[in-house]
Amino acid sequence: MGLLSDPNRRRALISMLTRLNAPICVVCYLAGVAWFMGLAFEPFTLRTYMSENAMGSTMVEERFPAGERALATGREFAAHKNKVGGMPVDWLVKTMQDRGLEVFTQSFSRTLPFPDENKERYIVKGTNVYGILRAPRAPRTEALVLSAPCSPGDNNQAVGLLLGLAQYFRNQIYWAKDIIFLVNEHDLIGMQAWLEGYHHTNTTGMSWSPLQGRGGSIQAALTLELSSDVITSLDLVLEGLNGQLPNLDLANLFYAFCQKIGVLCTIQGKLQRNDWDSVSGYSHAVQTMMLMVMKQASGRPWGDHGLFLRYHIEAATVKGINSFRQYKTDVTTIGRLLEGMYRKLNNLLERLHQSYFFYLMPSLSHFVSIGYYMPAFGLLAVILLLRALDLWVQLATPPSRTEDGIADIDQSSPGVLSVLTPLVISHLTGVALYTLPIHFQETAVEHFPVSETEAVVLTAIAIYTAGLALPHNTHRLLSGEGTEQGWRVLKLVAVLYLAVLLGCTALINFSLGFILALTMVPLAAFVTPHVPKVLSAFILVILSPACTLLFSVFFFQELQEMPVSFQDGWLLYLSVISQGILDHSLYGSLVYPLIALLVYPCWLLFWNILFWK
Amino acid sequence: MAAHRCSYCSWLFILFSLSVFVIADIHETTAVSDHHVGVSDNTQTETADQPTVEERQWEATEVKEAAPDNVAADTQGTSAPETMVPSSVPQPKDDFQEELVIRPLHSGDIYASFQFRTLWDTDFMRDNKVSHYRLFPKSLGQVISKFSVRELHISFTQGYWRTMQWGQPFISSPPGAELWVWFQDSVTDVDATWKELTNVLSGIFCASLNFIDSTNTVQPSASFKPLGIGNETDHRFLRYATLPREIVCTENLTPWKKLLPCGSKAGLAVLLKSEKLFHSSFHSQAVHIRSVCQDRQCKTTSWELRQTLNSVFDLHTSGQGKREWSLFKMFSRTLTEACPLASSSKLYIDITDNSQGEQFELIPATSLLSQAVVLGDRRTFSVYDLTQETTFGSVRSLNLLIRWKSSDMLRPLLHAERYVAGYGLQTGEIHTLMYNNHPYRSFPVLLLDSVPWYLRLYIHTLSVTSKGKDNKPSYIHYEPSKDRVRPHLLEMLIQLPPNSVTEVTVQFERALLKWTEYPPDPNHGFYVGSSVISSLVPSTVAMDTNSTQERPLFSSFFPCKEESSYFVRIYTEPLLVNLPTPDFSMPYNVICLTCTVVAVGYGSLYNLLTRSFQIEEPNPGLAKRIANVIRKMRGVPPL
Repeated sequence: MGLLSDPNRRRALISMLTRLNAPICVVCYLAGVAWFMGLAFEPFTLRTYMSENAMGSTMVEERFPAGERALATGREFAAHKNKVGGMPVDWLVKTMQDRGLEVFTQSFSRTLPFPDENKERYIVKGTNVYGILRAPRAPRTEALVLSAPCSPGDNNQAVGLLLGLAQYFRNQIYWAKDIIFLVNEHDLIGMQAWLEGYHHTNTTGMSWSPLQGRGGSIQAALTLELSSDVITSLDLVLEGLNGQLPNLDLANLFYAFCQKIGVLCTIQGKLQRNDWDSVSGYSHAVQTMMLMVMKQASGRPWGDHGLFLRYHIEAATVKGINSFRQYKTDVTTIGRLLEGMYRKLNNLLERLHQSYFFYLMPSLSHFVSIGYYMPAFGLLAVILLLRALDLWVQLATPPSRTEDGIADIDQSSPGVLSVLTPLVISHLTGVALYTLPIHFQETAVEHFPVSETEAVVLTAIAIYTAGLALPHNTHRLLSGEGTEQGWRVLKLVAVLYLAVLLGCTALINFSLGFILALTMVPLAAFVTPHVPKVLSAFILVILSPACTLLFSVFFFQELQEMPVSFQDGWLLYLSVISQGILDHSLYGSLVYPLIALLVYPCWLLFWNILFWK
Repeated sequence: MAAHRCSYCSWLFILFSLSVFVIADIHETTAVSDHHVGVSDNTQTETADQPTVEERQWEATEVKEAAPDNVAADTQGTSAPETMVPSSVPQPKDDFQEELVIRPLHSGDIYASFQFRTLWDTDFMRDNKVSHYRLFPKSLGQVISKFSVRELHISFTQGYWRTMQWGQPFISSPPGAELWVWFQDSVTDVDATWKELTNVLSGIFCASLNFIDSTNTVQPSASFKPLGIGNETDHRFLRYATLPREIVCTENLTPWKKLLPCGSKAGLAVLLKSEKLFHSSFHSQAVHIRSVCQDRQCKTTSWELRQTLNSVFDLHTSGQGKREWSLFKMFSRTLTEACPLASSSKLYIDITDNSQGEQFELIPATSLLSQAVVLGDRRTFSVYDLTQETTFGSVRSLNLLIRWKSSDMLRPLLHAERYVAGYGLQTGEIHTLMYNNHPYRSFPVLLLDSVPWYLRLYIHTLSVTSKGKDNKPSYIHYEPSKDRVRPHLLEMLIQLPPNSVTEVTVQFERALLKWTEYPPDPNHGFYVGSSVISSLVPSTVAMDTNSTQERPLFSSFFPCKEESSYFVRIYTEPLLVNLPTPDFSMPYNVICLTCTVVAVGYGSLYNLLTRSFQIEEPNPGLAKRIANVIRKMRGVPPL
């Protein structure tokens, strides 16, 4: 306080900050990146531990016996599925009823804004079947969900196991919460329809028939995906819509039971390694964590569980993986694992709330909490504030002016107009990027030899590129040659805007905020009208959100150990864009609007500053 | 000498009680005419929930026909057991009946409903204190006289009655505890009496009824009418409260059993073993106290204590999938005798769906049959009279066995469900769905919703729709809540169109409580009690057009009046709502940190923004000032 109110010291401090601005910024950036990379180093992370007392001690005995029968049911299901050519609704209803459940169905339909080429669907019609196991002497206030998607692919074992568990659970007397067994068609779309029906909301304009039976407020949910008969390990998927994560206790529960029963368990498909002090061990942890960061940043649900998180229901997907190891896990063991987890969840007195909601996992047994990873972002964000301070000081104390900066700008400025014009224009470009691709797909398909999906993606890219030409031309039309003062004010506004934008994003979805900060902060820091035009323009384009996405696609493939050629990568990039737009309109993912309406206009402002004169 | 004194006392008592009766008669004759009007208006008194409503004997047995009015006290004077204590003095007559109805449900479960009724021709409200109790439990008698209770209904339920699977119960009750009491109009401070009464009942039944306070008590204007006689329907004397969170277990069952004259020593109550009763899908126990007419003329009234216990046993969890039930499997006991104090003790098996024995068979079989209209449906029962020696057979124990053969589903005419819609912790919407499954008749229902104050209802968003059209309630009674004082009360009379779903929605906002108001488990959620739907439902007997084949032609042209509709009360499931909850793990840290940050941040910013900083010359010392004065006088510029 005294430091700031003493004018001499204040002046000294400010002059130091302005003088050393560039070095401090560089140091901050490097420190931020280093901090982030250090997060994966095991001694810096915390071991996971069960926070919820109700699930603490392992007093549950797992007795599920009927794995073989479950597989047989799965085969029967597959046969009926092939016969019907889709979801065998009648068979499922009958089978669930035979197992003593209250069975209900829900039909839904949805027309996608444009065809989804990855999953080859456009007009989606389907039926969800769910059976409720009513807990004895429970007043229908709480429920747990176990779901298995009925996909055209191979998920029959999961449905078989679900039905087997239903039969086994039905004969037990210890249930205190209703258990809902859900088989959803068309994976995420069906899940979305069911959840919207259950909570009677309609966020995405889907049409569904209302649900007839409910079990009260859902406390937790698990989704089961078993891709083959032979399972060698189980993978836990946590990342949900908009980068939301379930409570860490759910992951702990899974890990605890895997340890107890002796099942190989992975996260991001990566086994845990013990050699953290070796380089390969560390790079393994970094790889696992970076995969989580990339998946979280994408903001899309990475399993059917991802949509539960919006409704404050802790959910995760358990994926059976056949990685051709020697060690094999039979279905009975997976059934016992799930039985144990459900019995523990059944013991819950409160919703899962004790443990962390914001975390990164370099391995299944270690985690990085929000308190540890936020400084990495903070170090990047402080650069923006330092630059803003620098600009402010430059504006406030120009040679031969008075101290009063604000009055000064108002007098000498090309004024509000010169700042407002680029702001408005770049945001209008953003709005165009957000709205036009879907609206103009018909027109585009008529005039060009492309499919609807390609039309949407290519329109988006075209608008994005066209935006580069817009702002710096128009402001000149309106207000003539840009002044020195003008770009400083604009840059001050843009830098603060970016700081607020990234800060808010990082609070909600750290990964997205951090990746955007990694690319946007340097360009925001260095760009002025006085740097070499061509080189800077190139760097600016390279660091733009679209290119960030392109690099991320390649990087993600690299992390998954499935590197792609540039050609395939480009195709993948196009499909990622279309998926992003679809995720937004189908499930309400916010990444596409965030990029189109806020981040891209913000980047345009910096582009504008580069071409100020 | 002792004998002499005893007889003296008894003479005195006889004189005394006679005088009481005379006075009662005089009073009652004036009240009776009013009362009959009240009965015809007040449809709820016609609760046909008792299988003994009318009892017709098909087979040639000695049981005589009972009056259709279920308040007839003594239906079976002939079969009164000899073991009953002969009353040497004509003290107020009391009477105890017990019965168990077993109904195999369509879902394959078994519904067992116990009813114990104690009738006492006395009047607690007269100025003389009733001090001699025989069959009627003294603890309740004292409660009635001390708190001037006119009617008391209390139920403890664990589980939710699944109307869709099980049909209608004989007496329905919401999950948790429910208490509603009509006080005499002589009570001046109803709220204080209510408060005291709940605390006393809390002690009697070992339940947390003391948690009933003004924040969960309402005075329904229409939904809960007195079930006994009485012409007073001013709802100022009515209090209704539910505790949806109440867990019912053995400690509530034991005091309930102690109210029975035979305890759990003899009679049907032998079957009430908690280890089996709490192994069921549904358990509900209740106590209903009301005053009823003694006879047809209704000259005098008597007090009726009806203890009911309903439970549903699950076939899957304990039957190992084998569809076979016996008394022993259900209760791990068999019946050996009737309660010696009971004037009637019967076991009814609902065999309506099994008239030819195609679905299940009973072992041992009984030749005694009885028919009754229960909940608008004509049911047939096999009757086992436990007061007859022959019932128990040669092994002197009755272990009834039911073997299933097949089953099917039925649809109840009226059922309802409720849920919370929306997501997030700011707002939400309560949806109540009411299904009328009658193919062509509409009927009105009374919906009662009592919502705690921390869900702030936006009553302007209340909408009632059926078949996509707005359905305007013909009566709405709404009392807004007061924060921390009283709950919302919403009562509506809604006409349900035939074969339709009526949806009542109202939005609410979740209140942020004060941090001491949260319970120890705030993340569990907060309960909202069941809404109550009371209705006169058209009877299935009247709906059944094919009944002419069974009945005589002259009886079937017009649906006869008392069967055309029946009263039913159903409860929706309670709701569990999450409120915005602070992180209680470190409130102190959070508060301290926030306060510090705000103080430092705000203080310094405010300081920087409001102060102007200027460099000021330090104050010159005294010597310098003097020197300056001298220099000024000399005309030289100061230092």
